[in-house]
Parts: sequence; C-alpha cells; structure tokens
Amino acid sequence: MSAETPSAIGAVEGAAYGPDNPAPYIEPPRKRTGRTPRSTRGNFEMAAWLFMRLSGVVLVVLVIGHLLIQLVLDGGVSKIGFAFVAGRWANPFWQVWDLLMLWLAMLHGANGLRTVINDYAERPNTRLWLKGLLYTATVFTILLGTLVIFTFDPNIR
Amino acid sequence: MPAGTLYRGREGMWSWVAHRVTGVLIFFFLFVHVLDTALVRVSPEAYDEVVATYKTPIVALLEYGLVAAILFHALNGLRVIAVDFWSKGPRYQKQMLWTVMGIWVVLMAGAVYPVLGHAARELFGS
Ligand code: HEM
Ligand code: HEM
Repeated sequence: MSAETPSAIGAVEGAAYGPDNPAPYIEPPRKRTGRTPRSTRGNFEMAAWLFMRLSGVVLVVLVIGHLLIQLVLDGGVSKIGFAFVAGRWANPFWQVWDLLMLWLAMLHGANGLRTVINDYAERPNTRLWLKGLLYTATVFTILLGTLVIFTFDPNIR
Repeated sequence: MPAGTLYRGREGMWSWVAHRVTGVLIFFFLFVHVLDTALVRVSPEAYDEVVATYKTPIVALLEYGLVAAILFHALNGLRVIAVDFWSKGPRYQKQMLWTVMGIWVVLMAGAVYPVLGHAARELFGS
C-alpha cells in the first residue's frame, strides 16, 4: 500500500482507516443495552395519542348526533325541559349514549388540556397546580354526570 | 417563548391553533353543561329555570358559536387522523383542510335557521 490514500480528506490524525485498520467503534449514546431498564416511562404517551384518535372518531357520531337532537330536530332548544329529559332517559339507549359521550368527551378533553398545560406552563409548581385542578375537575364532572344519569327520577316531585 | 408556540407553519399552524382553541372552549362548556344538567336531580323547576336561559336570543348566538367550534374541531380532527394514519394523508393535508372548511361553511349555513330561527322570531316577531 502506498503512502497516498485515495481519500478526498486525506489522512486523519495520521491514521489511514481501511479493512486492515478499522476506525474505532463508537457506541451510540442512547443505545439500549442489557443494563438499560426495561422501560422508563411505559407507553402512556403512546396510549394517550391513540386514545385521542379513537375517542375522536366515536365522538363525531355521539356529539354531532346530540347537537342534532338538542338544537335542530323537533323544534330545537325550545322543546327542552324536565319532561323532555325524562322522556329521553326513560330509554336505556339514550342513557348509554349520554354516559359514553360523558366519559369519552371528558377524558378526551382532559387529556387535550394536559397537553396544553405541558406546552405553556413552564414552572414545575404552576404545572402541578394546574394539573391538580384539571384532574380534580375532571373526576368530579365524570362522577356527577354518571350519578345523575343513574339516579335520575322522573317523579322527583 | 413558551415551548408550544415554536411551531411555525402556514395553514397547518393556523388549523392547529384553531383546533386547540376550540378544544379548550368545548371542554369548558362541557363542564358547565354537566353542572346545569345535574339540576334535574334538584327539582324540575330548577332545571327548567336554567334551561330557559338557553332559549334567549343572546345565548342562541353563543349556541351557534358552540356549533361552529364543534363542527370545526370534529372535521379538522378527522383530518388530523387522516394525516396520521392514511399513507397519502401528509401529502394531501392542505387539500383536506380546504375540504374541511368547505364542509364547515355549508353546515354552518344549514345551522342558521334551526339554531337562530327561534331567536329571530322572538326579536322581530313571527
Ligand atoms: C347548546 C347545545 C346543547 C344542548 C341544548 C344540550 C342539551 C342537553 C340535554 C337536554 C341533556 C339532557 C339529557 C338528554 O336529553 O340527552 C344533555 C345531556 C348531556 N350533554 Fe348536552 N347539549 C348541548 C351540547 C352538548 C355538547 C357540545 C356536549 C359534548 C361536548 C354535550 C354533552 C352532554 C352530556 C355528556 C350529557 C349527559 C350529562 C349527564 O350525564 O348528566 N352536550 N344535553
Ligand atoms: C367531535 C369529535 C372530535 C374529534 C374528531 C376530535 C379529534 C381530536 C384529535 C385527533 C385531537 C388530537 C390533536 C393532536 O394530537 O394534534 C384532539 C385534541 C383535542 N381535543 Fe378533540 N375531538 C373531538 C371532540 C372533542 C371534544 C368534545 C372536546 C372537549 C371536551 C375536545 C377537546 C380537545 C382538546 C382540548 C384537544 C387538545 C388540543 C391540542 O393539544 O392542541 N375534543 N381532538
């Protein structure tokens, strides 16, 4: 082998790398090895991402159907009142519809707001308080709404 | 600058901002909405009294705004899903956004009479 290597760069630090003199192996900094913990955070963010899309598809039907019933069909908002709600919740189909809509919309919206808080609230304390408030309001709303559907009494008076 | 505002785009950025704003608005509405619906557990009178405010002309306008927000969030949400899961989604994202806006305009025009009609009758007589 002559002293001239066919490289455009020329010799680096005096070493001419080739099949006989391979460059040193550099390990990628974040390579998973036997000593890396199995998982550091789990797949929560991935599950949340997927949930936003799956719940979104279902919510299109539930929420737009709900708006059609409440605001467009049969006289629009003017017909709404206690008697109207009693009539609707006499049917288990609409009870299940409202229950599913309540849970999916609240969880979808709460997860969306979690993303928004993560994006804009930078101080750890602010994040903690905002998320605490968000989770409290979410749990409270889901429980209240569920209770109302299951304990509705048409003969309350 | 907050981390969330570093995204600089064109139509893609504005649709993302609008998706975020409408999503947050709908969430706040839903919170209040579950509270007002819970009044059916208090008394029929309490419920009917609060629902009466839903029937006033000014609130009718707010309802029209809510419909606008939901229709945009729903249609654009489907577009986001198509961008993520359809192999040609990213290539057609801009065309899909204009399709979303087209459908949105048509649906909003169709919602004028059902949502605002009763308010107009109340304001201008039938
Ligand atoms: C201004 C428009 C709206 C009106 C007039 C309206 C009206 C009503 C009425 C009368 C009920 C009682 C039960 C029934 O009839 O099904 C109800 C329940 C419900 N609505 Fe709406 N709604 C509106 C918008 C929305 C939107 C946009 C959402 C979702 C994001 C929603 C979610 C729900 C849920 C989850 C329940 C069940 C509440 C519970 O469990 O106590 N509504 N709505
Ligand atoms: C009507 C059907 C709906 C569809 C198809 C839908 C779809 C979506 C999708 C795909 C995302 C994820 C966007 C992303 O990761 O960039 C999203 C985000 C979000 N959604 Fe919905 N959604 C719907 C209804 C709702 C409702 C009822 C609420 C409120 C209770 C809501 C609140 C939010 C919020 C707050 C975000 C986060 C926005 C952000 O991170 O910028 N959505 N939606």
